[in-house]
Amino acid sequence: MNARFFAAQRITAFVLAFAVVIHLTTIIYAVRGGLTAADILARTHGNTGLALFYGVFVIAVAIHAPIGLRNVLREWSAWHGRTLDTSLAFLALLLLVLGLRAVTAVFGS
Amino acid sequence: MRASHRQRGFIVAMLHRLSGIALAIFLPIHFLALGTALQGANALDSFLALTRRPLAEFAEIGIVVALAIHMTLGSRVLAIEFLGFREKTVALLSVCTAAVLAFGLFFALNLSWTG
Amino acid sequence: MTEALNVEIWRGDEKGQFQSFAIPTRPHQTVLDVVTEVQREHDATLSYRFACRVGMCGSCAMVVNGRPRWTCRTRVNAVIGGGNHLRLEPLRNFTIVKDLAVEMTQFFDKWKEAHGYFEPGPHEKSDFAVVSPQSRERQAADAGIECIGCGVCYSACDVVGWNKDYLGPAALNRAWTLMNDVRDFDQAARLDAVSGDDGCQACHTHMSCTTFCPKAIAPTYSIAGLKRAAVIGVLRGAR
Repeated sequence: MNARFFAAQRITAFVLAFAVVIHLTTIIYAVRGGLTAADILARTHGNTGLALFYGVFVIAVAIHAPIGLRNVLREWSAWHGRTLDTSLAFLALLLLVLGLRAVTAVFGS
Repeated sequence: MRASHRQRGFIVAMLHRLSGIALAIFLPIHFLALGTALQGANALDSFLALTRRPLAEFAEIGIVVALAIHMTLGSRVLAIEFLGFREKTVALLSVCTAAVLAFGLFFALNLSWTG
Repeated sequence: MTEALNVEIWRGDEKGQFQSFAIPTRPHQTVLDVVTEVQREHDATLSYRFACRVGMCGSCAMVVNGRPRWTCRTRVNAVIGGGNHLRLEPLRNFTIVKDLAVEMTQFFDKWKEAHGYFEPGPHEKSDFAVVSPQSRERQAADAGIECIGCGVCYSACDVVGWNKDYLGPAALNRAWTLMNDVRDFDQAARLDAVSGDDGCQACHTHMSCTTFCPKAIAPTYSIAGLKRAAVIGVLRGAR
């Protein structure tokens, strides 16, 4: 199981390296000229391409972050084993649900 | 301070780890905020109004820098682990630092640009 | 050059304390010379290890002014800066037996756990194996083969400090040299052994092992090789 966690985290890391560069560039551009909801949503509503990009982004993050936290908690706290893994699975689910909800909110039409 | 904690590899590993923890805490809040757009543009606007305070803008710059740090130092790890990079420490870390500062600076400048 | 060194040496076990000695400075003095002089002329109860005293066996490894190194290959002048203070401690991450001597059993047990031993296989060999020294595998093995198990990397590693079960840089480096030994028959089990939670993936590329290794081996890159092998193993459905 644990080698699979490692592989999943590193593979999503490659995906996120690209996605984050795009995301950082986008938001730096987006914050120019003010940041009203109408401005953002006008550019994003119904944009299928961006919706797909951010959908993939959310899925990758939902996998990547909890596995990283697992390393930190196992090394820096006494928490490990089944309860830790289950809790982090819930976190992954939470990030996935909230994230895809946000993608729908911003990019849905 | 023990010698291993003064090594460059340890310092960047700590930056990488702490920025990752910060991002993991920030993300659910970020998703919830964006999700308010489900109730229409006004709902998102009232949330965005909260972010126009100096403290919030400062935190935003912090999160952007955290993301840039985590991505560049993560790329260093991926390069060493999977692309066979031999870390010529000065060169690789300098590139990472430069990238982080560039992202952070551009973000901060653009924020203040808008007023 | 100052007249006398102020030498602080750890005495006892984990609950011990430092004891100070004044040792005259001598030309070309090594830290091992200092420890030996303390034990012979000042306090015969001091416990420490050495053997070859010429930088070949690794027995004299200990922490000198905060850095893990071989005392026989450390000139006093190189570590005291402009002052005269020497602080000697046993290697970190090992159980202290007494004073500067540590318990090495767990370190070598982890070599076994990592399958850091050669497995010749079931068949009788009719002839010598032909292995080109220029081959990619042999060059990878040769890069890490000089390890003599001194424990400096294990002492320097922060992850060993955080996770008692982490196999550590030396054991994983040895496993990597064997993964690149084309004569070996144990590759599947070895990959299993090194890709669990306490294996190669626990390494976070701090690179202290590589910085402090007295043989200029880079366990970080050997462990990176194991990480690649682990991911390929997962993708092939083997794990």
